[in-house]
Amino acid sequence: MMEFLQPLLDAGQQLLGPAWLPVWTLVKIMLIIAPVMGGVAYLTLAERKVIGFMQIRIGPNRVGYFGLLQPIADGVKLLFKEIIIPAGSSKFLFVLAPIMALAPSLAAWAVVPFNDGVVLADLNAGLLYILAMTSLGVYGVIIAGWASNSKYAFLGAVRSAAQIVSYEIAMGFALVCVLMVSQSMNLGDIVLGQQGGLGILNWYLFPLFPMFLVYLISGVAETNRAPFDMAEGESEIVAGFHVEYSGMAFALFFLAEYANMILIAFLTSVMFLGGWLSPVPFLPDSFIWLLAKVSFILLLFLWFRATFPRYRYDQLMRLGWKVFIPLTIIWVVVIAIWMQTALWVW
Amino acid sequence: MDFITDNFETIVFYSFAALVLFAAVRVITARNPVHAVLFLVMAFISSSGIWLLLEAEFLAITLVLVYVGAVMVLFLFVVMMLDINLVRLREGFWRWLPFGAALAGLMAFEMIWVLGSKETAGELAGIRHMPDYSNTKELGRLIYTDYVYPFEIAAVILLVAMVAAIALTLRRRKDAKSQAVSEQVSVRKADRLRIISMQSEKHIAGHATESKE
Repeated sequence: MMEFLQPLLDAGQQLLGPAWLPVWTLVKIMLIIAPVMGGVAYLTLAERKVIGFMQIRIGPNRVGYFGLLQPIADGVKLLFKEIIIPAGSSKFLFVLAPIMALAPSLAAWAVVPFNDGVVLADLNAGLLYILAMTSLGVYGVIIAGWASNSKYAFLGAVRSAAQIVSYEIAMGFALVCVLMVSQSMNLGDIVLGQQGGLGILNWYLFPLFPMFLVYLISGVAETNRAPFDMAEGESEIVAGFHVEYSGMAFALFFLAEYANMILIAFLTSVMFLGGWLSPVPFLPDSFIWLLAKVSFILLLFLWFRATFPRYRYDQLMRLGWKVFIPLTIIWVVVIAIWMQTALWVW
Repeated sequence: MDFITDNFETIVFYSFAALVLFAAVRVITARNPVHAVLFLVMAFISSSGIWLLLEAEFLAITLVLVYVGAVMVLFLFVVMMLDINLVRLREGFWRWLPFGAALAGLMAFEMIWVLGSKETAGELAGIRHMPDYSNTKELGRLIYTDYVYPFEIAAVILLVAMVAAIALTLRRRKDAKSQAVSEQVSVRKADRLRIISMQSEKHIAGHATESKE
């Protein structure tokens, strides 16, 4: 589907020789990162509008029509704010932490397929790579909490570390189910495995419905979103791990959180909702379907925040260890047995 | 330019190897234990880069996933909580240095012995695979066929270690209070709340006189 680009590729190859590959890869990376960052900016606006709607308010409506320029105004404001480095903090780590938070959530996009064959790195172990990258994000939070030399930030970091490590196990087992059903760790192949004449009924959503719920809820917990935002918990520990951050350093944590949300939404769509596949057989498969599914899941994220009160810490741990992990282990066995029988139709 | 493209793998290997060595040295020389743990993380990530170069993508990513993503997070967790006295930590350094150096020398000798001779290491030339070769599938096939007993035994040993760790740290306090979540969840309105119907205005002798005043 990329035939029209062929003359451009040939010209670049001739012009730059061996240096062409890195340059072209860089262009492709920019083509992914720029829309993701734009998505992050407008997700913040969407969040404020959606929550405003749910609370019968208007939401931001002063900057631009319907508040459409609000994210840009916020970004400019944060850029011009001073970055204060607290006394007694570990300066290098204090500056490194926001980068450590954002980098893995952007690196994970390398293996996300947008359409049949449209992917930056067609890794065979894509699913593992995603798991590894999302698990690295916790370092940003821990380092931020420790380097700030503040007890509130440290408490937030400790909470976040325990939370992410616990929910990662449930998430991993949910992915094991996907892996068993699709018999591939390549995200593109996982989507193609959900192809069939029945449209929506071929998606892994149906055989793996409990895993879909576990993955989605663990995703909310992994991104530190409400109702699992214990790491921030502004009513208990001020703002948790990023209490000492200001200006653009704070904005990087903000970007990382929203980039992670979009990533989880993409992954849920790819693994359980058939990616770019059309839900009905008579409509063509297209990237637009993927966008629609992602938007729906992002709406769920915002809806959760407007609806649920924050979990208490012991309830959070109980849900992770005593509900999700046993459930996922049982479902792995159920799927393994189910797949050996004639009743398996996916 | 040609030099770089021709020896690209070698250059990548030596850069990762240099990073691993640098990080490993810093793990033991860093003054702050938290910095030491972070350097260990760096060593893990760089060595996973070397494994990727060997086309062992499953092992490389699992190294990052398990060691960096989980084990080192818990390590960091513990190290941050400890009350560490740097002076006391340092004082045994010179006394134990000869012992440590001897151990390190022995390990280096063993590695050279095993990897250096043709009989034990075999042909070390890298094997190239087709692009559709799946490292994961190949490993899984080996683990569950040729090496199924060692694999299962290793799993059981890990399980025993886990049970032992839990048994060692699990202490039941008699005075500890805990919540019965199932009871909390199964509470119905009728258990806690009694709705009675009463008149909205009721004349009580004392009140009535007070309000008139």
